[in-house]
Amino acid sequence: MILVLPIIQLLVMPLAADYEVKNINISIVDNDHSPLSQQLISKITASGYFRLADYGNSFKNAFKQIETDKSDLILEIPQNFERNLVRENHQKLFIAVNAINGTKANLGGAYLTMIIANFNSDIRLDWTAPQRFNAIPTIQIVSSNWYNTFLNYQIFMVPGILAFLVTMVGAYMCSLNIVKEKEVGTIEQINVTPIKKHHFILGKLIPFWLIGMFVFTIGLFIVGRLIYGIIPLGSIALLYSYLSVYLIALLGFGLLLSTYSETQQQAMSVAFFFMMIFLLMSGLFTSVDSMPEWANIIARINPVTYFIEVMRMLVLKGSSFSDIKNHFLIMIAFAIFFNGWAILNYKKTS
Amino acid sequence: MVTISNITKTYNKRTTLAVDDISFTVNEGELFGLIGPDGAGKTSIFRMLTTLLLPDKGTAFVNGFDIVKDYRSIRNCVGYMPGKFSLYQDLTVEENLNFFATVFDTTIKENYDLVKDIYIQIEPFKTRRAGKLSGGMKQKLALCCALIHKPTVLFLDEPTTGVDAVSRKEFWEMLKRLKQQGITILVSTPYMDEAMLCERIALIQTGKILSINTPEIITRQYPENIYAVKSNSMSKLLYNLRESELIDSCNTFGEFHHITFKNDNEFSQSTLLEFLRLNNHQSIVLKPIQPTIEDCFIRLMNK
Repeated sequence: MILVLPIIQLLVMPLAADYEVKNINISIVDNDHSPLSQQLISKITASGYFRLADYGNSFKNAFKQIETDKSDLILEIPQNFERNLVRENHQKLFIAVNAINGTKANLGGAYLTMIIANFNSDIRLDWTAPQRFNAIPTIQIVSSNWYNTFLNYQIFMVPGILAFLVTMVGAYMCSLNIVKEKEVGTIEQINVTPIKKHHFILGKLIPFWLIGMFVFTIGLFIVGRLIYGIIPLGSIALLYSYLSVYLIALLGFGLLLSTYSETQQQAMSVAFFFMMIFLLMSGLFTSVDSMPEWANIIARINPVTYFIEVMRMLVLKGSSFSDIKNHFLIMIAFAIFFNGWAILNYKKTS
Repeated sequence: MVTISNITKTYNKRTTLAVDDISFTVNEGELFGLIGPDGAGKTSIFRMLTTLLLPDKGTAFVNGFDIVKDYRSIRNCVGYMPGKFSLYQDLTVEENLNFFATVFDTTIKENYDLVKDIYIQIEPFKTRRAGKLSGGMKQKLALCCALIHKPTVLFLDEPTTGVDAVSRKEFWEMLKRLKQQGITILVSTPYMDEAMLCERIALIQTGKILSINTPEIITRQYPENIYAVKSNSMSKLLYNLRESELIDSCNTFGEFHHITFKNDNEFSQSTLLEFLRLNNHQSIVLKPIQPTIEDCFIRLMNK
């Protein structure tokens, strides 16, 4: 169970957590019916991002489509679009976006604007180039994507999700640990033995540390490499040494929760609360830098943030030790903090 | 061996008094019983002596070690069997025993003599998980685990609660054999009949000690003569006895009611018999008896 479930999650989640928006439904209101407008429409539908949901003459009908959620975007092509464009050299188009789903609306609008701009420069070239070649100076922007050339979301998400799964396995399992002994009563029997506090805590940590390492290895080499084709660029040894420190910190956190809880239920709900914060404020889905300042501070005291950063730096960017030195120091501090607190709080005598 | 002086323990920020200024001594090789009803403070005393709980006031020594300062040494030389079964339920009988032997840095082999008599009885089930054992078996396994490191003092917190009559008898015989090996045993129980099996007992109630002595002396110290009464209608008899002005105390004990007289003489006895006959009781029996620990306990409790 401990091993299979994270692997299934790792297989499914990166496919679903995809920011690329495809299949945006578009309604086109064509008041022109000219060759040029046909050309624009075919360019839009050929882009692969849009699906023509409706093609008609009336904006009212198109708006109904948005209201019934059948389409996300309306593009209105005015009357005499072609004629005016030829005559007056400029023409306006109208785009209405259904902004309920923010990401979809945003990206859909941007894609559409891009396609129209492209179309614009095409016709410009067609018409104006023969006469005034090179007369208009234009700045062309060419961007190239580093470390993830094709902006493939999976490459970006898999290391992050793997980092989070290791976190879940570690923190959940570990937080139920001492609590279970409390519930069953075995802790009483252990407490009257000569076992020392730190022996007991170590005995609790080591098995989960090994499980964490094992889950990570399967995730990185079997799922990551064989299924997503992600091969870490940075040093594997560095990655594992960071993981080992990270796991100690995180297991310490789990132990800390279990020293404070009296029942497994209590430990579980507290662990769940922290996991949600760790997940949403770790930069896994949204960039930490773009969070408001208070959220940024929370993200900075979240150990998961650092691990996800290191994962991405090492796996995608191939960073070296000097790049993640600070991350190392911070994680060691976390490890000492959580474990120290847990040991102090675990009392054999009340 | 075990010395307790003026120990007090409170819970809930000093609002609940669990143990109230208790002092007693247990001698080496003694089988000492703490007898009292639920909530009397027995478990609190045990938990303090096994260094699981810190007393609010007072001092106590186990084997000459202070329970607060030398808790490490105490943990090495005592065996504790909590009232609630608290071994690893998902480990087998053998694994549990092995585990506790290892924890104390010893092996089953080394101290096998000590647990042999008990372990033989559960050996046929040694591959069974501890959680799947019957109540009596669980107690035997727990006793084995508490003994595996050859403790000099053994603390048994209500070992026979929830165990059938036959297993209870067996258990006490095992304790007697352990005593012969020189182990000091402190045992607590809510069952008064088990008190007679201890060498010395302390009767406790709401955190206070009512009496400490051998069971024989405690029963001998009962100041009045005690009588058992029986008739054909026991519930009516109880009612009549309690309303009678001749009677000092009356409690039910199985098939008899135990009574004491305010003025114990021939006249009172014959007057009582006359009074009962008037109230339509038939086949009346009235006979003098030896007081039991329970009689003593009730008397001390009502004082």
